Amino acid sequence: MIHVTTTINGDETEFVCDPRETLLDVLRDRLSLTGAKEGCGTGDCGACSVTVDGTVVCSCLVLGAEAEGKEIGTVEGIATGEDLHPIQQKFLDHAALQCGICTPGILVATKALLEKHPDPTETQVRYWLAGNLCRCTGYDKIIRAVMDAAKDMRSAA
Amino acid sequence: MAFDEAKKDFNLIGTRPARPDGIDKVTGRAQFGADKAAPGQLHAAILRSPHAHALIKSIDTSAAEKAKGVKGIVTRADFATGLKGEMWNKLENVMAGEKALYDGHAIAAVAATSALAAKDALKLIKVDFEVLDHVTNVDESMKDGAPVIREGAAGPGTPEGMHPNVVGFYSSGHGDVDAGFADADLVIEDTFTTEATHQGYIEPHACLAQMGKDGKGEVWCCTQGHFNVAKVCGHLLGTEASQIRVTASEIGGGFGGKTEVFIEPVALALAKKTNRPVKLVMSRSEVFRASGPTASASMDIKIGMKKDGTMTAGRGVFRLQGGAFPGAPGTFTAMCAFAPYALENVSQEAYDVMTNRPKQAAYRAPGSPMAAFAVESVVDELCNQLGLDPIEVRLKNASREGSKASFGINWPRIGLVECLEAAKAHPHYSTAIPENGGRGVSCGFWFNHGGETAVSLALAEDGTVSLSVGTPDIGGSRASMCMMAAEELGIKYDDIRTTIADTATLGYNEISHGSRVTYASGLATIEAARDTIKKLCKRAAAKWGIDEDAVYWEDGFAKPSGPNAGEFEPMSLTKIASKMGATGGPIVGHYEATPEGAGVSFAVHIVDAEVDKETGSTSVGRYTVIQDAGKAIHPSYVEGQFQGGAAQGIGWALNEEYIYGEDGRLQNAGFLDYRIPVASDLPMIDTVIVEVPNPGHPYGVRGVGETSICPPLAAIANAVSNAAGVRMKSLPMSPPRILKALDEA
Repeated sequence: MIHVTTTINGDETEFVCDPRETLLDVLRDRLSLTGAKEGCGTGDCGACSVTVDGTVVCSCLVLGAEAEGKEIGTVEGIATGEDLHPIQQKFLDHAALQCGICTPGILVATKALLEKHPDPTETQVRYWLAGNLCRCTGYDKIIRAVMDAAKDMRSAA
Repeated sequence: MAFDEAKKDFNLIGTRPARPDGIDKVTGRAQFGADKAAPGQLHAAILRSPHAHALIKSIDTSAAEKAKGVKGIVTRADFATGLKGEMWNKLENVMAGEKALYDGHAIAAVAATSALAAKDALKLIKVDFEVLDHVTNVDESMKDGAPVIREGAAGPGTPEGMHPNVVGFYSSGHGDVDAGFADADLVIEDTFTTEATHQGYIEPHACLAQMGKDGKGEVWCCTQGHFNVAKVCGHLLGTEASQIRVTASEIGGGFGGKTEVFIEPVALALAKKTNRPVKLVMSRSEVFRASGPTASASMDIKIGMKKDGTMTAGRGVFRLQGGAFPGAPGTFTAMCAFAPYALENVSQEAYDVMTNRPKQAAYRAPGSPMAAFAVESVVDELCNQLGLDPIEVRLKNASREGSKASFGINWPRIGLVECLEAAKAHPHYSTAIPENGGRGVSCGFWFNHGGETAVSLALAEDGTVSLSVGTPDIGGSRASMCMMAAEELGIKYDDIRTTIADTATLGYNEISHGSRVTYASGLATIEAARDTIKKLCKRAAAKWGIDEDAVYWEDGFAKPSGPNAGEFEPMSLTKIASKMGATGGPIVGHYEATPEGAGVSFAVHIVDAEVDKETGSTSVGRYTVIQDAGKAIHPSYVEGQFQGGAAQGIGWALNEEYIYGEDGRLQNAGFLDYRIPVASDLPMIDTVIVEVPNPGHPYGVRGVGETSICPPLAAIANAVSNAAGVRMKSLPMSPPRILKALDEA
């Protein structure tokens, strides 16, 4: 077992894990942060997207041990208190989710997109989110929600 | 049940409030199948056959039992014996008996203190297989000499003298098709194939189960039908459904694939053996190898047409590959094939064929999309060769109220003509077709379903309402239920909380399938609200000292029905609820029924596609879905169903397929090699909601979830064929297939 000290959504966190456990396993099974989902375990679906030091990664492809000393961001850390982040609100306003299993990963990826590219084109959004599979929506309402959130966040900035 | 006067004036219906489970789902709080844990739980893993077809001569679990952390192992010997018919088939699929019937078939399962320990222990189980010849292709499987999956599996009506792998048959039709073909100016006959595809829900199957020595069990799982899970688990474990309480988790997509039961009985058997809660989650590769997929198909279509576009006759023969068990949806394929057309002469027959593949499962309008692909391709080719407009031809031949359906019924009120007219009028249809591109049009049809339904609606003293339904919410249906209840009661949307009740809390509910939830649970919700209103009126009447028939309900208030009833201040639901403890006790409305008036639904899709003739790759440029929803309760979620069906259809048409090697093993059991559409593959998908009210629902609702996947295979095939200048007869139209077709043209 390995002892790891890390920061998750701003909180210093310690855990022990098997060397084979992924960051996703640790988040879900050891820390009860089940917002990140395992859709494939092979980095193909993006449902487990989290940020590690600000970069979006598939947490199923990162070992738990690699979290040592890093800043991890998950869907649970996107809202501020009871206030939803604009992208969360826009996903509700646009009905941009049906089943909602891909939503946490897409929100994590979208937040990172808009921090880096506050005024993305539709094509940019589509390619940024190409690693996040959604089987329900056909992406139409997701893209609209992201574009609308970007617009609101720009005018609020 | 006919509702002669569909309600037309609405306060809430047709608006777009935020879904009640929305905040949970954007914050990560929502609990899906794999998100729940129990104190002291074990983790389970399943050993699966690496062979497509093999005798299981022995299973030695002794080494695995001694491995670190292992608490229990189950094989077929731990399940019920003496099952017959459908339940035997289900058990055989959940855990192999004498033979492994497909690559991925479950052989044994281990429960251990961690998921890693369980997976490690699988490697220590020794299985002595005798590998048998296998067959995975539908046409091969019907031939003399093909390996027999199982003798004696053929259902009633299967023609004699056929290969034992042919296990089901359906035929219907009317008129004289040969005379019809003789009347035609042009007859086209061709053969089409589609490959098996997976529903591709992003959430793998997952469950958490407990079972004590008293035989009472609890299951938490992601399913489209938790009452069915209880029933199947009861049979497979040799107990009763009533002994197993099943709670439906949030469900991360289903599309038909989560109507089946795969892992819950295994988790229960392990829980029983270890006396510990057991969590069992499929990997993605297990999802591909051992759940889903849809049937693949091989289809012969012949259609005759006059120069003016009149269709004179149609004939279809459909061969559906359903995996190692009976149940391929050939009957639906045959019934849907010519449904959009009022043909005087039509005949269709279907064969349900077994192969060494996983048991096919429902996938959104099971059987219909492939039929539409075959029939609508021939219709398109007839239009091309006769120089006719594809929408005009479809309008000319369209099924409409009173015309005789290809499968025998007389159509009730249907909305195909309205959809075609809307398609013709849509700006998409009048824009120029892009250079190097092609346009495709297709109709699609699905039956929709009612089914057993029970709903309960309880008032709280603060005037809010708890609505309990028994149909898992797979796409936002709780929002629609809240809207319908609030509409009837005349209270705020936010004052209704809709819960998916567990199997011990509510009467039996059929699976969330057949596009039935907004129709059937919606109808039951409306009726339960009306039952509640009667009780509310009774309380007001008692308070006023008048007859309860002299009280009516309007906009959230009980009111005296006229001057003769007396003059009383209208009494609000909130006020009646606040006093209910002292005026007769709790007020609870309920409704139980098996509604049979699910209105059928038609759709028309228009798509523009461009084909790169050098690489064979296709891009979808513009896409428009036009579909009859009867009445859209929450238009955003109706549009979402339209768009989702179209996107899945695009994947099925262009890219998705189960690829088997000569060894009978699935070669692409992951999202990297089985590539579903990603955001950068798709355009915006435009939608038009047509509303031709269904007389079988108080608001006119027709199911919308499935019909949206019926037209896209054909619409895209027609667009691609028109762009490439060659008729595409096999799906998916992946780049190699397009290049081959261009080479051969």
